[in-house]
Amino acid sequence: MPINNIIQAVNDALRIEMRRDPRVVVLGEDVGKFGGVFRATAGLYEEFGEDRVIDTPLAEAGIIGAAIGMAMYGLRPVPEIQFSDFIFPAFDQIVNELAKLRYRSGGQYTAPVVIRTPVGGGIKGGHYHSQSPEALFIHTPGLQVVCPSNPHDAKGLLLSALRGDDPVLFMEPKRVYRASKGEVPEGDYTIPLGVLRVAREGRGLTVIAWGAMFHEALAAVTQAPELDAELLDLRTLWPLDLDAIVRSVRKTGRLAIVQEAPRTCGLAAEIAALVQERCFTSLEAPIRRITGWDVPFPYTLENDYLPLAPRILQGLRELSAYQP
Amino acid sequence: MHAPAIQRDTLLRLYREMVRLRVLDERMMTLQRQGRVGFYGACTGQEAATLASAIVLEPSDWIFPALRESGAMPLRGFPMVPYLCQVFGNSGDETKGRQMPSHMASRSVNQVSWGSCIGTQLPQAVGAAMAAKIKGDRTVIAAYLGDGATSEGDFHVAMNFAGVFKAPVVFICQNNHWAISVPTSKQTASESIAIKAQAYGFPGVKVDGNDAVAVYEAVRAAVDRARSGGGPSLVECETYRIGAHSSSDDPTRYRDEREVEAWRKRDPIEILRGRLNAMGIWSALDEDALRARLLSEVNAAIAEAEQKPDPPRESLFDDVYSTLPWTLREQREEMMAAPTVPRPDAKTIAGK
Repeated sequence: MPINNIIQAVNDALRIEMRRDPRVVVLGEDVGKFGGVFRATAGLYEEFGEDRVIDTPLAEAGIIGAAIGMAMYGLRPVPEIQFSDFIFPAFDQIVNELAKLRYRSGGQYTAPVVIRTPVGGGIKGGHYHSQSPEALFIHTPGLQVVCPSNPHDAKGLLLSALRGDDPVLFMEPKRVYRASKGEVPEGDYTIPLGVLRVAREGRGLTVIAWGAMFHEALAAVTQAPELDAELLDLRTLWPLDLDAIVRSVRKTGRLAIVQEAPRTCGLAAEIAALVQERCFTSLEAPIRRITGWDVPFPYTLENDYLPLAPRILQGLRELSAYQP
Repeated sequence: MHAPAIQRDTLLRLYREMVRLRVLDERMMTLQRQGRVGFYGACTGQEAATLASAIVLEPSDWIFPALRESGAMPLRGFPMVPYLCQVFGNSGDETKGRQMPSHMASRSVNQVSWGSCIGTQLPQAVGAAMAAKIKGDRTVIAAYLGDGATSEGDFHVAMNFAGVFKAPVVFICQNNHWAISVPTSKQTASESIAIKAQAYGFPGVKVDGNDAVAVYEAVRAAVDRARSGGGPSLVECETYRIGAHSSSDDPTRYRDEREVEAWRKRDPIEILRGRLNAMGIWSALDEDALRARLLSEVNAAIAEAEQKPDPPRESLFDDVYSTLPWTLREQREEMMAAPTVPRPDAKTIAGK
């Protein structure tokens, strides 16, 4: 099997699906001739032409709004928002239009749009090239939110998203876009949305992570085998694979959730609420959130903001040692 | 008065539809005042701009409406009872009571579902037009908006995308002079709305929106142009909102009644009736017969629509996704086991 990075895996998935399904079109800023600022759409313009790989004017609300109209009309658009920080001009189109279209029309109109967008910090990008806004979209009924950590999952999850009937926000962890390498099967395969991956089995405590921070969590639990951690890679952020989380927490009794986004009202908070509803009698310690801080994403002090491996490890040691 | 390009039969059909919409709106506003429906947005005074534009379209063309274009649905063959069930929000509504009244939509007549946030339908309309072009269809997309929407970013985004991609879309702006209480002079410093099209590289024309023939001819030219690959156009129909913005609005607080009176004298239905009379194809007898028939049809449809039950409670969770996720399955069970509070009646909603 060839070794690929996440960008190559995303590119591979797009090419496979565009060859298979003539309804699939890619649109966004710089996605055409240039192949995207991260190169995720490289070569697609040459193979599929300007009708299916569309360089748009610089307007995110237009990119998403046009994608919604295209999807209603029967295409399968895959808009790219160049950085998830730039998604907010399109927030109304995503939250009020895309997410609600099926519902408000009584199921008559649907828009299966897959929005691809790079997320996260640790790339010296400051406020506006670093954010992790997943919670805003998870909070919106009608959307599915995906965030793979590795190329194998990125390809299989993207192919599933492209074949589904619901809108998907597909978040790509740009900090590990090239750093995360792995074997990626050639050709067509899918990984279902809503199913997490058990990356490491253990009985001491459960750690949930996703995206770029999955690799930090993996580094932390690898450094401390005595913690006997079970590491779950969430992959799909919504809908959550709650059954698998509950199984793990009932076994370990202790849970830490690693989240790059600011802490308050984040996905970690929702997971903690769901787990205490279901695992109250199994819990041996308070659920621990190891997260970004409630501040705008910083430039110089980004390593103090991010929940990197040393801070995760410290948190896991405290969680492991907790005695009621 | 020049001989219109519109066929006599079309002109007569258009007139009947305009009167039907007037009769319907008058009845529904009465029902609202009686507390039988919670809200209503009438088209009164704008029937020419709405219907003389929509009648140009082929059945396969799509409409992305704003608030006052629901009347295009009956024109395009949508039955009156499910149309009115939308106002009652009951189980006869194809959109399952999900939106407040006057937000009708039906795939059967290619009338797309509208959100209430102003202008958001416009980039979507352009996307649908781009898709039609990519697929090689002859479909034309009609994108409706009001004068207020021209201040929204989505309007400019949509106009720009339409121009760049030469999308087969016709923007039809109903400039009715008032965005709730704010006059058009506070929406733009441009000499017209039509002129804005120039900046985006395609034609914009301004027509007398109360003259059904002028609207028809301008929209006909724009639709033909779009269908033959000539790209987008903007048609500004200058008209006037005779009534309130909606049943929740009191326009006497912000506009001069003399202005309304002046526009009442330019009633689009009377202008068209004058043309038909002059052509010798419409008489007072025809008028009386039409109004009597329409009133009886509308009343029968209201009676049938009003008695339908609400949508089933459990339908609250349908259509959020294509399939029901575990979260919604659990929440549905929780709701069905919870004590119920009945829906407030329309009188309460209407503040009666």
